[in-house]
Amino acid sequence: MMARVAALLMTWEVILFLIFVVVVIVNSYLSPYFLDLFNILDTTFNFMEKAIVALPMILVIICGDIDISVAGIIALSSLLMGMVSAAGAPTGIVVLVGLATGLSAGALNGLLITRFGIPAIAITIGSMSLFRGISYAVLGDQAYTKYPESFAFFGQGYIGNTIIPFELVFFIALAIVFGLLLHRTTFGRKVYAIGNNPISARFSGVRVNRIRWIVFSLSGTMSGLAAILLTSRIGSTRPNIASGWELEIITTVVLGGVAISGGKGNILGVIIGIFLIGFLKFGMGLINVPGKVMNIVIGFLLIVAIMLPGYIRALRNRSLLKRQRQKPGRTSPGLAG
Amino acid sequence: MRELLRRREFSLLILILLLMLAVSLRAPNFPQPGNLYDIANDTAILIMVAIGQMLVIITGGIDLSVASGIALTGMSVGMLNQYFPGIPIFVIILISLAIGFVLGSFNGILVSLAGIPPIITTLGTMSIYRGFVFVLSKGEWVSAHEMTEAFRELPRGSLFGVTNLLLAALLVVLIFAIFLRLSRTGREIYGVGGNKVAAQYVGISLKKINYLAFTLSGVIVGLSGLFWVSRYASAQNETAFGFELQTIAACVIGGVSIMGGTGTVLGVVLGAMFLGIVNNALTVINLSPFYQMAIQGFVILVAIVANTLVDQRNQLAMLRKREL
Repeated sequence: MMARVAALLMTWEVILFLIFVVVVIVNSYLSPYFLDLFNILDTTFNFMEKAIVALPMILVIICGDIDISVAGIIALSSLLMGMVSAAGAPTGIVVLVGLATGLSAGALNGLLITRFGIPAIAITIGSMSLFRGISYAVLGDQAYTKYPESFAFFGQGYIGNTIIPFELVFFIALAIVFGLLLHRTTFGRKVYAIGNNPISARFSGVRVNRIRWIVFSLSGTMSGLAAILLTSRIGSTRPNIASGWELEIITTVVLGGVAISGGKGNILGVIIGIFLIGFLKFGMGLINVPGKVMNIVIGFLLIVAIMLPGYIRALRNRSLLKRQRQKPGRTSPGLAG
Repeated sequence: MRELLRRREFSLLILILLLMLAVSLRAPNFPQPGNLYDIANDTAILIMVAIGQMLVIITGGIDLSVASGIALTGMSVGMLNQYFPGIPIFVIILISLAIGFVLGSFNGILVSLAGIPPIITTLGTMSIYRGFVFVLSKGEWVSAHEMTEAFRELPRGSLFGVTNLLLAALLVVLIFAIFLRLSRTGREIYGVGGNKVAAQYVGISLKKINYLAFTLSGVIVGLSGLFWVSRYASAQNETAFGFELQTIAACVIGGVSIMGGTGTVLGVVLGAMFLGIVNNALTVINLSPFYQMAIQGFVILVAIVANTLVDQRNQLAMLRKREL
């Protein structure tokens, strides 16, 4: 019984949540402005777009793939949205263009990866360059800044007259959808199966390449969605929009407990990871830590977070082994875990 | 002879010659020796770092921290030169190698001893190294007038008419071509990338090889960091930002399999030259440099798909031969 409770406490989500609690406590100790409902809600604006792209990235990484091109897709979507709104398109069309661009870019990635059997990392490094490069080629050092007035709501709006940002609510809704998709549908089970062993998944009748293609298209579409929110929030399109986000998003997902080798991970862990990094950055910002130094902290956090479970498991196995030696004749069921 | 024709390096060479021919038709001054020499100089750093990157990729890993490592080494030696102008340049070269060694070793230790996947390790150290550039410099730049004459002249100075920068690149190319082809450890690197389990069974230490690959990549990064800031006569926080992806691109175009186990120094040199020629061609035919990234991305995609198709055809041919 005690062993089972201990095992439960040692799950990744619990460890992450404990780190999250420590971050909140330390932050509110360091700055009186941290535990302020308005501030906390307001800071979510800074990481909700990344969080939205992290959701499909969970599926991509569980499949055993990776998508480096997400920030490039954001740049491309934002570019085309800027173009059509410069031509006078209404909000509906702008949004549609953003989503369609994301979907097409993601589908192109998926097509190249599955059709030719090329590792996702190679294709998406190339397409990242291509997508963002198109944005540079068109815009150069210029920017689109003219958007329909109602377009501003997506990235700047609040729910009714409250102080709850629309982006936050939207993210929660999407997180629920992705949670159900991954954990409650056969599609989700197939994603895990592919990540664990694509060959045996194929032999079990899973259409591996089709699912991977869908997952990449999903990643592209959500990047297009993030582009809508981000463009709406900052009100302009420059070629360097969202630059470097791909690595930050992958860091979040991995910190959330998704194994980079595929087949393992869940939505809850990543959601905790998203808020952990977001609040950590917010707290450090309040005590005037520069952004580059925050990156050092997050880099170390990533490495320590990956090392930690392995060490805990090794320690536990060692103590179990010791106990087993002391009581010969009794087998310990926990050892296999 | 047929063996040679089927080599990937050969088709890449043909591709490069065709590209040069096409550009020459538009811009007659492109194939002048002076311009070709400039291209070689502009590409020298990419060639060096891409070779280090290749070592890591052959073992089945990836090194995303190279650009941050260049920035950190560059800022360190730049500030060293700024505050202690008396230190002779060869000592600075040694220091840059040592810094690179430490950065690479740190990656290597995390990967081989702590068992963290290379992509995660270097994703982390990429942020960490870049962050330390800021901690060191407090956001300030080291600009040309704060560097000594000897420091700025390091990449430009020449021996027998070849710049030191190009000599360094040639040296790296030669050393690693020999090391990978002829030394036992070099062959073990391929062994690990080709089949980890088999490599262990024949007594190759995975830990040693992984550590070695990252450390060697780090040492090259250190030297390149020195050359980078001395060549551009400025050390900034954003030095070499995004360069890691160019080094991976050079490898991929040069036929290094991202899954590990295959790749040659010659291929990587050609891959890097290809990127260098594309960049130079843009300026020569008066295309905005803003097109560079898009064309580079397109080239990478085409190169990977072409490589894969050639590979698949070769494999099919091999299978057919076996059937007979």
